[in-house]
Amino acid sequence: MTSDRIQKYMIRFYIGMFFLYLFGPLILMGITAFNTPKFPTAIPIEELTLEWFSVLANDKEMIAGIQNSLLIGVGVIFLAVPIGLAAALLMSQVHKKVQPIYYTIVVSPLLTPGVILGISTLVFWDRLGVWMEADYDTIFYSGIFLTIVGQSTFISAYCMLIFLSRLQRFDRTQEEAALDLGATNVQVFWKILIPFLRPAIGSAAVLAFLTSFENYNTTLFTIQAESTLTTVLAGKVRLGTNPSLSALAVVIVCVTLLGAILHEVYRRKEMRKEKIAAEAAKRAADKADNAMAPV
Amino acid sequence: MNDPLSTFFVVFLAVIMALTLAPVLQNNSARVWENLRQIKFVRKNGVFVSTYLVGAVVLWVGLMIVAPQLYMVDYSFRDGAIGGNPEGHTLVNYSYLIFGRESDEAWFNWLHLQVFLRTIIASVMVTLLAFALCYPIAYYLAQTARGGTARLFLICLILPFWVNEILRAFAFRILFGSSGVINAVLISIGLIDDPIDFIKIDVAMYAGLSYAYILLMVFPIYNAIESLDHNQIEAARDLGSPWWRIHYRVVIPYAKPGIASGCTMVFMLSAGALAVPQILGGPSSLWFTQIIYDWFFSGGDWARGSAYAFVLLFSCIIFVLTIMRLFKVNLGELAK
Repeated sequence: MTSDRIQKYMIRFYIGMFFLYLFGPLILMGITAFNTPKFPTAIPIEELTLEWFSVLANDKEMIAGIQNSLLIGVGVIFLAVPIGLAAALLMSQVHKKVQPIYYTIVVSPLLTPGVILGISTLVFWDRLGVWMEADYDTIFYSGIFLTIVGQSTFISAYCMLIFLSRLQRFDRTQEEAALDLGATNVQVFWKILIPFLRPAIGSAAVLAFLTSFENYNTTLFTIQAESTLTTVLAGKVRLGTNPSLSALAVVIVCVTLLGAILHEVYRRKEMRKEKIAAEAAKRAADKADNAMAPV
Repeated sequence: MNDPLSTFFVVFLAVIMALTLAPVLQNNSARVWENLRQIKFVRKNGVFVSTYLVGAVVLWVGLMIVAPQLYMVDYSFRDGAIGGNPEGHTLVNYSYLIFGRESDEAWFNWLHLQVFLRTIIASVMVTLLAFALCYPIAYYLAQTARGGTARLFLICLILPFWVNEILRAFAFRILFGSSGVINAVLISIGLIDDPIDFIKIDVAMYAGLSYAYILLMVFPIYNAIESLDHNQIEAARDLGSPWWRIHYRVVIPYAKPGIASGCTMVFMLSAGALAVPQILGGPSSLWFTQIIYDWFFSGGDWARGSAYAFVLLFSCIIFVLTIMRLFKVNLGELAK
């Protein structure tokens, strides 16, 4: 019995240490955002200040980076989500013999280091530009465009996996029923398939945006003369640091926490709604049973 | 135009154009429309949807995945150095990685080879470390923790990873810096007199790397263990199996696909990491990706950078194949 208890405490201790390892560095960084010393310092706390947040808000380079990151994120959504959807829909329709090869090719970007995706995109589009004798202000040399393309290469694969898992629960007979009732293929696509996939489209879009927003490895090679939030940040951290970066982290964590809480509240609400609907359905079924039962 | 690659592009673009023009053609030419309808795929999906499906996938697979990779490999066999001959193929970039400049006195290019080997070995170490750290947590969350607690822990696990990779490395810099928290604590309890330069001795970098990708190890293992029937563990325990043998004979074999997936992801991300070594690496300790970066943006030799990148890609492929052989899993299970 006692050895059981010791084991239990050891497990607790390990879990405690693990989460300390996860959160400790971030909490310390958070503290430096409110501390006065110019070099980020967590202890000792000299004086609490909000100065670093205003430094952050006035950092023009950083603001420009954030704007580019947002633009690229939106671009990635519009490129990667439709591609992921098409790839997922095609998966069940390609010939059985081709399927393993097709699958290998489309998941390979997930197993390729980001730097390599960035490099291959950069050299390939540069070559295309040379070959087409394009000017330097065309898309072949545009950092923003190349970054959208480079990031979408692997983000599309993430989106495809999301759609595939949703499609596993799709009942093909719905499509057939609609076609039998005289719907056109386009109508089936827009009125049956897309509404069924809507939640997956939403989560794919969110995932695509977030992945794009924090991507560094691919972006660093494709972005060239432009800048994104991550490249600006990396440059700043390497050259010398100041607590306004910690302030940025605090802002990001707060936004994320808020998002997580909102998502949880929304989920609970949906679950309650479903529960009520299920109960109503059950009541209706009971009523019907009672009505049919011989008195 | 004599270049086979250019010819390939012409054909390629022609296919894409043909696909995008298909709906326009259907109005103009009844014959084309009839021909298209003969294809089972088109009949099943309708012209609009099949154009979209094929168009999007061809664009992605062709123009974004296959062509750039092939071109990068082709490019790596060209002499792109200033004054070099860009026509024709050569092994000069690869021989540079192994032998260095011909005029050098040393036989091998020790600097780059050393960095390469260190990157690979350190990535394997980081992968093993991440596995050792994550397995108990994943097991606890999947089998021992109950409903609400498990959900809370999962959210807590995800939360740190919404913070940017670079900011996470920055946090480690604050922690390990010479006026950082660890040094301050060690000095104040009198263990050391002068601050230890953790960044110079690479402790910060390895800690940062295993921290950065830990989530990608926890979740695949967690997903695999979660579907294991707890009765199997109970049965093993009732039959008198000690706890370590339960893990060795029951849980780990069952979680193999998850473990393989986690290991592949962590290795690939560590070997290809750029931010963490840039921020936490000491001045003398290069990571292989940093050499690649230098070839591109300060060395100005893209072809050589491509060759180095291909070497990195090749090592990752070898690693993935080894894992697949070792754990007897297929590629689909790795990329979940």
